[in-house]
Amino acid sequence: MLVLIGVAVVALGFLLRLNPLLVVAVAALATGLAAELSPLAVLDAFGHAFNEARYVSVVYLVLPVIGLLERSGLQARARSLVAGFARLTAGRLLIGYLLFRQVTAALGLTSVAGHAQTVRPLVAPMAEAAAGDTADPEQVRALAAATDNVGLFFGEDIFLAIGSILLMKGVLEGMGIALEPFQLSVWAIPSAIAAFLIHGGRLLLFDRRSRRR
Amino acid sequence: MIGLNLVYPLAGATFLAFALLGAGERRWWNAGFHALVAASFLLGDRLGDRGNGVLVLALVAVAASGRMRRAGPQPIPREGRSPRLFAVALVVPLTALLGTFLFKAFPALVDPKQATLVALAAGTVLALLLGYASLRPPRAVEPFAAGRALADEIGWAAVLPQMLASLGAVFALAGVGGVVGTLVGGLIPAGSVAGAAIAYGLGMALFTIVMGNAFAAFPVMAVAIGIPLLVQRYGADPAPVAAVGMLAGFCGTLLTPMAANFNLVPAALLDLRDRYGVIRAQAPTAAALLAFNIGLLWWVAS
Repeated sequence: MLVLIGVAVVALGFLLRLNPLLVVAVAALATGLAAELSPLAVLDAFGHAFNEARYVSVVYLVLPVIGLLERSGLQARARSLVAGFARLTAGRLLIGYLLFRQVTAALGLTSVAGHAQTVRPLVAPMAEAAAGDTADPEQVRALAAATDNVGLFFGEDIFLAIGSILLMKGVLEGMGIALEPFQLSVWAIPSAIAAFLIHGGRLLLFDRRSRRR
Repeated sequence: MIGLNLVYPLAGATFLAFALLGAGERRWWNAGFHALVAASFLLGDRLGDRGNGVLVLALVAVAASGRMRRAGPQPIPREGRSPRLFAVALVVPLTALLGTFLFKAFPALVDPKQATLVALAAGTVLALLLGYASLRPPRAVEPFAAGRALADEIGWAAVLPQMLASLGAVFALAGVGGVVGTLVGGLIPAGSVAGAAIAYGLGMALFTIVMGNAFAAFPVMAVAIGIPLLVQRYGADPAPVAAVGMLAGFCGTLLTPMAANFNLVPAALLDLRDRYGVIRAQAPTAAALLAFNIGLLWWVAS
C-alpha cells in the first residue's frame, strides 16, 4: 500500500501546479523509500532509466530546420497557398490530415509527421488560413495539434512492430498467452475507424459553427 | 553499424549549440538546461547510472528554479516567395519515409530497430544543407538561433516524457503495479461483465492520466483485471482485450498534461495562451472514444 505514495505525489503535485519535473523526481524518491530502497539505489535506477530513454527526445533535432524555414517565411507561404483554394475549410483540411496521419502511422511511419515536423510549420498555418476570420486562430491551432495526436494514437497500433504491440505481446506471454502481433493489430482497426468518425465529425461541426459566425 | 550511436551525438551537438547561443545572450538558466541535455546525449553512456542520476537532479534543479525564460519576441520572417521553401520543408518527412524502408533493406549498414530515428536524423541534416544552399540565411548561425528560440519556448517540458519513463522504471522496481491492480480488482461487483469492462477501460485511462503513458498502465491493468476477469472468467478473446484496453489508455493520454510531448509541447510550439488548449481541443474526442472502447471491451467479453 505504502508504495502508492508516488501516485499520490504525482496527483497532488499536479493539483498544486508545482513544476512537473520536480514532482516526478519527488514521486520517484518517495516510492523508492516506501519500497525500502536506499536513496542512492533510487538515484541509480532513475539515472539508468533516463539514459535508456533518450530516444524519446531525439525529435528536437529538427528544430534548427524548422527555425530556418520559419525565418525564411514558410508559415506565410503555407497560408497563401491555402488561401488560393476557396472551398477549403479548416475542418476539411484537418480531416485530410487526420486520414493521412492515421494511414501513415498504420504503416509504421510515426515520425513522418508530428508537432515539430509538420503541425507548427505547415498544418497549423494552413488551417488558420483556411478558417480565415471565421474562427478563433488559437482554437484552430489547438485543433490542428489535437488532430495530429488523434491520428497518431489511433493509427499506430495497426502497425505490427510498434512498441505498444510488442509490449502487449510481452505482457501476455508472461501470463502464458501466446499471440501473434497480427492478432493484436487487427483489433486496433475498429477503434481507428471510430476515431476517424468521431474526430472527423467534430471537425465538420467546427466548420459549421464557424460559418455561422 | 549506424544507429543511435550516430543519432545521439547529432542531438547532443544541436543542444550544445542551443546552450552556447543561449549563453551568448546571457540566458544562463536556459543555457544551463540545454547544456545538461547535451551532456546526456553526448556523454550519457560514460556517466554511469549514478552520474546520470546526478545529471537528472541538476536538470530538475534548473527547471524548478523557475528562472528559465520563454523566448521573447523574434525577428519578423523574411518575405518567402520561392517554392524551394516547401521543397526543403518536405525533405524531413520524405527522407524519414524513404529512409525507413531503404535502411531496413540494409540491416548490415543501419540498425533496423532504429531505422526511423536514423532516417529522421539524416533527413534533418539533408534539409539543413539544402536550406543553407537554397534559402541562403543571412547569417550561418540563423537556423540554430531560431531553433534555440523554439527550444526556449518548449522549455523544461522537453524532458518530461523521458522523466516519466524513468519514474515508470522506479514504480516497476517498487511493485506499484501489483498493489494498484489488487485495489481496483476489489472494487468490481462479482459476476458483472460490464463492471469488469468499465473498471479495465477506465482504469487504463485513469492510470495513464497519472503516469502520462499507457505503456505504464497496461502491465498493471492487464494483469489485474483484463486477463484474469475478462479473459479467464468471462471467456473473452485475449487479443481484443489487450489491443482495445491499450487504446482505452491512449484516450487517457489525450487528457493529461503529464503526456507533455503530445499535449504541452505543441501548446508551446503553437504559441497558445492556454497551456491546456490542446487537451481542451481533444477532450470531447477522447471521452467519446473511451466510451466506444469500453463498449467494445464489454461486447467481446459477453
